Amino acid sequence: MSFLELKDLRVHFPTDDGLVRSVDGLSFRLERGKTLGIVGESGSGKSVTSLAVLGLHKGTRAKISGEIWLDGEELVSASAEHVRTLRGKKMAMIFQDPLSAMHPYYSVGAQIIEAYRIHNDVSKAVARKHAIDLLGRVGIPQPDRRVDSYPHEFSGGMRQRAMIAMALSCDPELLIADEPTTALDVTVQAQILDLMRDLQQEFDSALIIITHDLGVVAELSDDILVMYGGKCIEYGSAEDIFERPEHPYTWGLLGSMPRLDRERTERLMPIKGTPPSLINVPTGCAFHPRCAFEPRTEGKGRTVVPELLETEGGHLVRCHLSLEERRATWENEIKPKLESA
Amino acid sequence: MSESPEPLLSVQGLEKHFPITKGLIKRQVAAVKAVDGLSFDVVKGETLGLVGESGCGKTTTGRLITRLLEPTGGKIVFEGRDISHMSQSALRPLRRDMQMIFQDPYSSLNPRHTVGAIVGAPFRIQGVRTEHGTKKAVQDILELVGLNPEHYNRYPHEFSGGQRQRIGIARTLALKPKLIIADEPVSALDVSIQAQVVNLLEDLQNELDLTYVVIAHDLSVVRHISDRVAVMYLGKIVEIADRKDLYESPMHPYTTALLSAVPVPDVKRRSERERIRLQGDVPSPINPPAACRFHTRCWKAQEICRTVEPPLAQLDVRHQVACHFPENVPSDAVPEDAGTPVPG
Ligand SMILES: Nc1ncnc2c1ncn2[C@@H]1O[C@H](COP(=O)(O)OP(=O)(O)OP(=O)(O)O)[C@@H](O)[C@H]1O
Ligand SMILES: Nc1ncnc2c1ncn2[C@@H]1O[C@H](COP(=O)(O)OP(=O)(O)OP(=O)(O)O)[C@@H](O)[C@H]1O
Ligand code: SF4
Ligand code: SF4
Ligand SMILES: [Mg+2]
Ligand SMILES: [Mg+2]
Repeated sequence: MSFLELKDLRVHFPTDDGLVRSVDGLSFRLERGKTLGIVGESGSGKSVTSLAVLGLHKGTRAKISGEIWLDGEELVSASAEHVRTLRGKKMAMIFQDPLSAMHPYYSVGAQIIEAYRIHNDVSKAVARKHAIDLLGRVGIPQPDRRVDSYPHEFSGGMRQRAMIAMALSCDPELLIADEPTTALDVTVQAQILDLMRDLQQEFDSALIIITHDLGVVAELSDDILVMYGGKCIEYGSAEDIFERPEHPYTWGLLGSMPRLDRERTERLMPIKGTPPSLINVPTGCAFHPRCAFEPRTEGKGRTVVPELLETEGGHLVRCHLSLEERRATWENEIKPKLESA
Repeated sequence: MSESPEPLLSVQGLEKHFPITKGLIKRQVAAVKAVDGLSFDVVKGETLGLVGESGCGKTTTGRLITRLLEPTGGKIVFEGRDISHMSQSALRPLRRDMQMIFQDPYSSLNPRHTVGAIVGAPFRIQGVRTEHGTKKAVQDILELVGLNPEHYNRYPHEFSGGQRQRIGIARTLALKPKLIIADEPVSALDVSIQAQVVNLLEDLQNELDLTYVVIAHDLSVVRHISDRVAVMYLGKIVEIADRKDLYESPMHPYTTALLSAVPVPDVKRRSERERIRLQGDVPSPINPPAACRFHTRCWKAQEICRTVEPPLAQLDVRHQVACHFPENVPSDAVPEDAGTPVPG
């Protein structure tokens, strides 16, 4: 069994408007030392998935089914109490907005010390030394002095570093970073991405990075999972997704994005329409109202939910088009347009 | 693009210092030098991209040009008229010609007004009469930006982010402006929707002969949309050049660093990419570093960078750079003496 394994995870929220199917049958595996990137549009279920892994839907109105296995333990059926002890010790999270994750009235150091001492029976002095050490490791200058600073005294980049230090305080084996750099400037983002890459190698932890930025995901990920409307629509190695993508939505994402590493294209190729409602999910393939290739599936796209099937070597695709058709379309129709200047 | 004799917009030594006050009598103790001496021209029909990190003064620049703010120094010349200190009433007719698109498609639309009222407001405010009535005019614009004219009576919350941004764009187009300042027009949108809005801005520019100043922090979007690009750092322009020159042979170390920091999805070559990593964050604009403001983060900094401010000098055709030790300088370029004032 893999270090982390999700099996048919569903997270649904009953609301006044109806049932929101935020995550609707998601499965994936992740090994220690590997990085999984999860991309997808706003509302596709990325954050809800990560909160489920951390057990943070427990005690809310969310209806969860399926299985989440972490290092041989099943977490969906585990008690909230038990998952809480794993959080911080075995798994930790880095959020987009460090200010909301930190207490404004306690110094950064006090918060790291507290997090560390919950799980480790050590004296304050030892924990403080550990905190200073961690702050130094994540690149905070003069950590022995900055340990007593308050979150608001840090710049955005330093706060994000401090939050990473906090998340790392107990050497978690699984680290989930949800949009860790979205709020940061590009030069600071580059520093944080370098830091996460280095730390992961050093700690050999499993890392899930959630973002809508394909560039960020490409920099860090071994494997990439593309979500649409609460489901995985394509999964594969970073090369699979960027060099030989097979799903029309993934093609659309690549066509929408201007790229600095290529000649400038005359025109972007956006996906028409808007993301789907998760209450009245489109019938059949959730992407069909926006899909330019839907007519080629003889109406199946509108009626039958496509299955996630393996193409080759762990590359999974959820689409009714035949394998030959997808490959030919990518090679002959999509790729040339993405590369034409 | 040929040198145009008369720019549509000309900005000369533009400054905005926000006072920081203290105590009951509001004594000024310091100033935020948000914009500190910008000079650039925008010719008719072109798109100037304005990039730089958070807090470098991009939005302030946009608000100065559209005179939502009054400059504390320098000049803004629009169609040959100095509008730097024009009164609001004198500015009113000019507001038709200059419009601003805001970053946040959620907060920039009044939730209690219908789409028709929002897009039609400029007609009423300016007292403009249209041939077939305001409603028809508004519906035409809605169609132009790819919205259904039947949406006339709907409210903003009934639309998605991309559609709301279209409503915002429709509103700015109502009076057929000549110049549009777009402040982060796509950064709040999903990638697939961003591309829709970028294409829309391009189509409208061709169709209506618009001139744009596009403010954005995303360097890939700016390359896609701009003809010329200005890079700002702490209230100053450090480099300005035609798109291709700026992206292919940047001369300012900061531009080089910015470009190398952008994550690109080139998975085959990710380990080979050469990266320049800047240390630390952008310093405060309250007490910006002396001389070259970039010297605290620049790997090429020498003593002179800390003592003499490098002027924005023309080092190649249509390529200006403010640095004592620029990169990619063509061999035949004759750099001006350091310390000479910036011409014009
Ligand atoms: N507590 C909740 N109650 C009802 N609906 C919810 C709740 N939490 C999330 N949702 C809905 O579930 C869907 C998925 O949300 P999620 O936060 O996972 O999206 P995301 O992929 O992380 O998007 P983003 O890129 O915007 O962060 C959204 O439509 C959201 O509105
Ligand atoms: N009204 C104001 N009073 C005081 N300081 C201000 C005011 N408006 C802006 N500033 C400051 O001026 C500087 C430039 O701000 P501006 O909003 O122009 O930056 P920006 O480049 O648009 O940044 P961002 O990318 O974050 O939008 C910042 O330090 C900001 O805090
Ligand atoms: S199943 Fe049909 S509608 Fe869905 S992505 Fe494939 S071609 Fe498009
Ligand atoms: S003037 Fe000096 S410090 Fe400033 S950018 Fe050039 S080399 Fe760097
Ligand atoms: Mg999210
Ligand atoms: Mg701004």
